[in-house]
Amino acid sequence: MLHPFPPRLPLGRVGRNNSGGETDMNRKTFLTGLAVSAMLAVPGVALAEYPERPIELIVPWGAGGGTDAVGRIFAQLLQDELGTPVNVVNRTGGSGVVGHSAIAGANPDGYTIGIMTIEIDMMHWQGLTELTYADFDILAMVNADPGGLMVASDSEYQDAATLRDAIKAGGAGSFKGSGTGQGGIWHLGALGWLMSEEIPVENLTWVPSEGAAAGLTDMVAGGVNLVPSSLAEGRALIEAGRVKPLASMSNERQALFPDVPTLKEATGSDWTLSVWRTIAAPKGMPEDARAKLNAAIEAAYNSETYQNFMNERGFGLRWAGPEEATQIVAEDDANLGAVMKEAGLAKE
Amino acid sequence: MNVLGQALALVADPYVLLVMLASGIFGLFVGSIPGLTATMATALLVPITFFMDPVPAIAAIVTAAAMSIFAGDIPGALLRIPGTPASAAYVEDAYRMTRDGRSRDALGAVLVFSAIGGIFGTLILILASPALAEIALKFSSFEYFWLVVLGLSCAIFVSPGSPLRAMVSLVIGLFAATIGMDNPAAQARFTFGNLDLLAGVSFIPAMIGLFAAAEVFRAMVHGRKGATAPLQPDTKGLFSSQIANMRRYPVQALRGSGLGTLIGALPGAGADIAAWISYAVSKRFSRTPERFGHGHVEGLVEAGASNNAAVSGAWIPALVFGIPGDSITAIVIGVLYVKGMNPGPTIFLHEPQLIYALFIVFLLANLLMLPLGWLAIRLASRVLKVPQKVLMPIILLFCIVGAFSITNSAYGVVLMLVFGVLGFLMEENDIPIAPAILGLVLGPMLEKNFITSMIKADGNWLAFFERPIAAGIGALAILVWLVPLVRLILRRRAA
Repeated sequence: MLHPFPPRLPLGRVGRNNSGGETDMNRKTFLTGLAVSAMLAVPGVALAEYPERPIELIVPWGAGGGTDAVGRIFAQLLQDELGTPVNVVNRTGGSGVVGHSAIAGANPDGYTIGIMTIEIDMMHWQGLTELTYADFDILAMVNADPGGLMVASDSEYQDAATLRDAIKAGGAGSFKGSGTGQGGIWHLGALGWLMSEEIPVENLTWVPSEGAAAGLTDMVAGGVNLVPSSLAEGRALIEAGRVKPLASMSNERQALFPDVPTLKEATGSDWTLSVWRTIAAPKGMPEDARAKLNAAIEAAYNSETYQNFMNERGFGLRWAGPEEATQIVAEDDANLGAVMKEAGLAKE
Repeated sequence: MNVLGQALALVADPYVLLVMLASGIFGLFVGSIPGLTATMATALLVPITFFMDPVPAIAAIVTAAAMSIFAGDIPGALLRIPGTPASAAYVEDAYRMTRDGRSRDALGAVLVFSAIGGIFGTLILILASPALAEIALKFSSFEYFWLVVLGLSCAIFVSPGSPLRAMVSLVIGLFAATIGMDNPAAQARFTFGNLDLLAGVSFIPAMIGLFAAAEVFRAMVHGRKGATAPLQPDTKGLFSSQIANMRRYPVQALRGSGLGTLIGALPGAGADIAAWISYAVSKRFSRTPERFGHGHVEGLVEAGASNNAAVSGAWIPALVFGIPGDSITAIVIGVLYVKGMNPGPTIFLHEPQLIYALFIVFLLANLLMLPLGWLAIRLASRVLKVPQKVLMPIILLFCIVGAFSITNSAYGVVLMLVFGVLGFLMEENDIPIAPAILGLVLGPMLEKNFITSMIKADGNWLAFFERPIAAGIGALAILVWLVPLVRLILRRRAA
């Protein structure tokens, strides 16, 4: 029931603009259509100027989460850029399979786009779906949050190197981590780090949790040893002095946490992992719609509203155009696949 | 006191008050339509709050959330469609009262005691946040496991009729909860390769089906006679009749509010468990437990206060540690960051006038609930004037819209219809519906907390009793099961 409420306040006004636009558009379509159809038998869709009706933006995760927040602010900004309502539709469940399938399976007419998250590089390895990033037209990467390494403040391991040595010496099942579900992105992040340090992955037992907040709470309550989620997710507990951040899985230190070293600085490991969000469309979109969307997305990304929103939420800003974004997504697909096979999380 | 003055000035701004009124009406509208939830109301408000100052932004969300939680009780009482799983705990009592021509008393009680619970929860939030948040941090999966066991046990023992039938219903709910892949091991179960089933049984379509669609089917099968013929309520004396309830059940109202706040403050629990446990406590200590489930107001008083108190309580860990107490505060934490009110113990030190303004907004929102709620009840009650022949198809229409809105696909509608038929068959065979709902809501939590506890303890069962709070709640849960058994044995010996 999300569509009847475009994110802008005055419902009446949006409705009026809408119908006005349609009448205009109908006349134009009719006239051009009349002229052109005499010469060419081209379907009317290609003739009308994109966008002529509301656009649906599919978010594969629930209302209120981080992806939903990014989706909703983007919908708002795209609406201003394109001059047509952009409605957010949450299609949740099945670890993101349902929503991603809905984006890829939509009619590629430019009126259905969606937020594609890093889970697309994991679900096909798990054997949940045949769907991969190759089934999408990736328009842009608009956000990336590096993974981190956090322990409780009263933990006996106060830096990443000590923690690494203890995990290495501890043997199978000696340490417990939490922060996502079994085989979830932060689980893979931790395993990838262990593999880069040549520590057997069995040394870390994973305790599945619903999101980083639940994992962090459990860690403070004494349930697990470490949480490898993004540092932004632990911000309040870090500021409250309950959680100690040990490292960031990024190439550079994060602006919000200048005192936290990168993994490379802390232990010498080359492992990096960022959880990104991209805007994607089903494959095979018409060229004019694609060009318009690309321009609108770039303008929305560079807008002050978006930059401020992301900074204040503590979300990482990361821009990559279609080619670069596709390349990053492909690299992560290979890396995550390798980790999942090593850890026995991939379906053969 | 100067801070308090500043805070008052922030709230007394006509713009803020107007925003509160508008979002209150919005919340009532969303909440009273089955299928649209308080969480959805909050999520829809977020993009609008981007363009507001901190105080009106938070005020909009607080007011809309409080209003929609209460409004969920209106279709529950009038049409037997609980708006939220929290109101499912007492929907039977409320609906029976409506059928007996006492909808005014039922809705009045829910309204007045919702406001009392909300205000009580807010006072605790103001006075004891840091201390309660510390307790909340001590809860891990072991404690939550026992809390869920306690909640599920309550469903069996509060159910009117035989515990065996309640157990059957609970098991149906627990089974439905195992479908899909949102379980700790992320294994797809009972999906038969169907993509939609991967997402599992979404509880709101299921709840609408079990209660509302089943009621429509019953009206179709049994005609006018068997179907319920709702009587027209009136709002005259809506509030004055509650003064008597307040005199009769002061302990219940306080107990419900207190327990609700406490359970609400636990990040892994929430208004749902709070309402059920409070309803069970109310029945256990009542002088007339036999009247529960047959249109008795006592449970409404206690559980109604409890679920609204839990909504306020959920803000305690959110403000102090940035840990969401429920799905609404999960959204709110994001808004707080955007507005520069970063959650953490320091939130009370930096810009305290904002926090005081927040508290005032909470109190105002709960007070605003009284006049707006009165208006909503007055308008909604007209529904009952509609003849059955017209009303039932409209209810079915609402069921379809509500179910669709949750999954944004036809899957929700199919789910709703399947559970509608199931609910019809269950009621025809005297199997109560409410325990199935609780099984569906708490089943995933039960499994998740059990599995994560076992992983953490390396398979050691005794770990469930090693932590002091876990041992306490565990002992209580086991006692709840043992006492009736011991009594049964003693009675047999005596005979």
